Amino acid sequence: MKHFSDLSIPTAAFSPDGLSAGGDIITRAVISVLVDNESGVLARVVGLFSGRGYNIESLTVAPVEGGGTRSRINIVTSGTPEIIEQIRAQLDRQVPVCRVANLTTLGPHIAREMVLVKVVSTGEARTEALRIAEAFRARAVDTTASSFVFELTGASDKLDSFIELMRPIGLAEVSRTGVAALTRGCRTL
Amino acid sequence: MNATTQTIATQSDASTTLTGAEVLMKVLVDQGVEVVFGYPGGAVLPIYDALFQQDRIRHILVRHEQAAVHAAEAYARSTGRVGVVLVTSGPGATNAVTGLLDALMDSVPVVCLTGQVPVALIGNDAFQEADTTGITRPATKYNYLVKRPEELSRVVNEAFEIARSGRPGPVVVDLPKNITVGPAPYAPPSRTPRASYQPRIEPDRKAVARAVAAMKSAKRPLFYVGGGVINAGKDACADLTRFIHTTGFPCTATLMGLGAFPGSDKQFLGMLGMHGTYEANLATHDCDVLIALGSRFDDRVTGRVDAFSPNSFKIHADIDPSQINKIIRVDVPIVGDAGRIIAMMIEEWDAQTAKTDAKALETWWSRIKAWKALDCLRFTQDQSADAVIKPQQAIKRLYELAVETGRETFVSTEVGQHQMWAAQFFKFESPNHWLTSGGLGTMGYGLPAAVGAQVAHPDALVIDVSGEASALMNIQELGTIAQYRLPVKIFLINNHYMGMVRQWQELLHGSRYSESYSDALPDFVKLAESFHAKGFRATKMSELDDTIRAALAYDGAAVIDICVAEGENCFPMIPSGAAHNEMILGPEQEQQGAEITDEGKMLV
Repeated sequence: MKHFSDLSIPTAAFSPDGLSAGGDIITRAVISVLVDNESGVLARVVGLFSGRGYNIESLTVAPVEGGGTRSRINIVTSGTPEIIEQIRAQLDRQVPVCRVANLTTLGPHIAREMVLVKVVSTGEARTEALRIAEAFRARAVDTTASSFVFELTGASDKLDSFIELMRPIGLAEVSRTGVAALTRGCRTL
Repeated sequence: MNATTQTIATQSDASTTLTGAEVLMKVLVDQGVEVVFGYPGGAVLPIYDALFQQDRIRHILVRHEQAAVHAAEAYARSTGRVGVVLVTSGPGATNAVTGLLDALMDSVPVVCLTGQVPVALIGNDAFQEADTTGITRPATKYNYLVKRPEELSRVVNEAFEIARSGRPGPVVVDLPKNITVGPAPYAPPSRTPRASYQPRIEPDRKAVARAVAAMKSAKRPLFYVGGGVINAGKDACADLTRFIHTTGFPCTATLMGLGAFPGSDKQFLGMLGMHGTYEANLATHDCDVLIALGSRFDDRVTGRVDAFSPNSFKIHADIDPSQINKIIRVDVPIVGDAGRIIAMMIEEWDAQTAKTDAKALETWWSRIKAWKALDCLRFTQDQSADAVIKPQQAIKRLYELAVETGRETFVSTEVGQHQMWAAQFFKFESPNHWLTSGGLGTMGYGLPAAVGAQVAHPDALVIDVSGEASALMNIQELGTIAQYRLPVKIFLINNHYMGMVRQWQELLHGSRYSESYSDALPDFVKLAESFHAKGFRATKMSELDDTIRAALAYDGAAVIDICVAEGENCFPMIPSGAAHNEMILGPEQEQQGAEITDEGKMLV
């Protein structure tokens, strides 16, 4: 399985040559933010992105401490190294932000996402859907005579591949969670 | 102390029940608040009732909520304390937004208390309901909606702490009416810091040592000082002045940094940037070590970013880490309080015994003196009695005659040509006396700012240098000035135009003065009289000095209508999108400067 940090290399997803208009290399970054769990914090973080024109590719947020005093926000974003550093710095200065880390540059890390994929198909295509799901270790969490809902967890690009393979078979609907990420080893945020 | 205040104190001592509004009064007193600028309304009536029943906190009734914030900003900036605003829900809060953003952009500590409909009605589109925390989120350093009475004391105390610490800024506390009406527990201020909010004050000594080493080896050094040094306090400014004298280096300042270093000091080159001096801008362009202290490389300062001080080793000290490398890449970033950084620089300077390159410095100063000799602010005023007054002459004489009074003087401005001329012709010898809207450029700032400064310094001379267009943006504050008998002087540079707009239209749009001419101005003398102030007017040179003298000597509020040459423009200037060595000088000098590119037009 590809490690998520592979995504830090320039990718063609952003522009034909992976460059910004100014010729700077565009990278994707996973930024984890530990925040006080209080009203309006997510809006403040998201507002910072929209107000300054930064990109959000995916966003996850949930309480991570007993008692719900702290939440962790994981943001997948993209930009030049300077923009990513500005995003980190702008987040860091927010009052309710306890910690910010760009996991992509911090070191090896694990990033996982979950997806629910609904496939509507009959006949031979159903068998093919099950065969692909098995290869990806996806689980059928709902089955009818004409449909499946598969659950799959893994790196985002693995989810992309799974969805692409299901498309011609009868892909009907997709629901993705966005990325949850942690550094490898004993290091914490 | 009146009976009710005593009651509050007694109740508190006994840990008995107070209303939220009474708790709020106690917390404000704990925070040392003496003045609140505000405007009442339904949602804040319990707070106004609590204000009425105490005598520790004075309330200044403004005529518009935007003005309340500007007045609080000026109160804060002229005193170094937190400015406090109290407005009602809905339109009261939304009217305050411009002021809040102004305070955010210029790093001014303000706590704005907004009324809100009762918690049970929030989200019901109740009368005068607005999503105040949602609307003010991008216009504040932080904001709160107090939903439970037990949060009230902590939140208000925390709001003050956040407003004044780190990079200062505005904080909104939205107070639903049921919170202020109902019982609430009082808690004294706690010194326990919020774990997530830990501004970095202490700089990294290694970074400071690297900076000082670079300064010592510099051949063409330049200090570039911003408002962050003023925010760091008077001691920081005094240390900076001492340090600059020790080094023998030249110093320039941003619009917000004026006064951090004495304006008449021979090492001061004047302001830099779009309307900065020729010598300050060329020194910025040609220096080899740039020491930026508490300045954030605003686009009005940098001009074309890729041509900003292209060959210098750059040191940047700022309390806000997000300012470092945001616009200009620097060689030595230093995060921390400007006062601590300057103090540490002095320690390192003394510890590092190597001497500066005196010969190179002498050569550098001789180049600067040659630039200075151009006298870039020169203008020609026909001195005959009937001559039309030039705006530069009016402001220059205002400065000189204000100095002659020997009084402590605070100057606020509106936004436009008059603001730049005031920045060019006034010399501020100490911090906190120059009150202008730098970051947001808010027309209508100066008049309420003068109110705030005069309330804070009742015996000082407070002058709002204004244009006729800007003055009309918050002219209703003449009512506040009258009600509290504030002897503010409003000095109008009246040219019938939105002067800076006209200047840009001349430069960029073929002199097509689209909607920049005011054809129906009030008679400002009569306007002043209708607000119980005294009106003065000068229309020709023979009247200028006498009018200014009489107005400054007048023991009360004055509106001074100076009718000036309509077509005068503000020079020197860096055309937007151009470099510092591509300035346009005034008609007195040989014209030079870059053609304004399409990209530059977008940066206006």
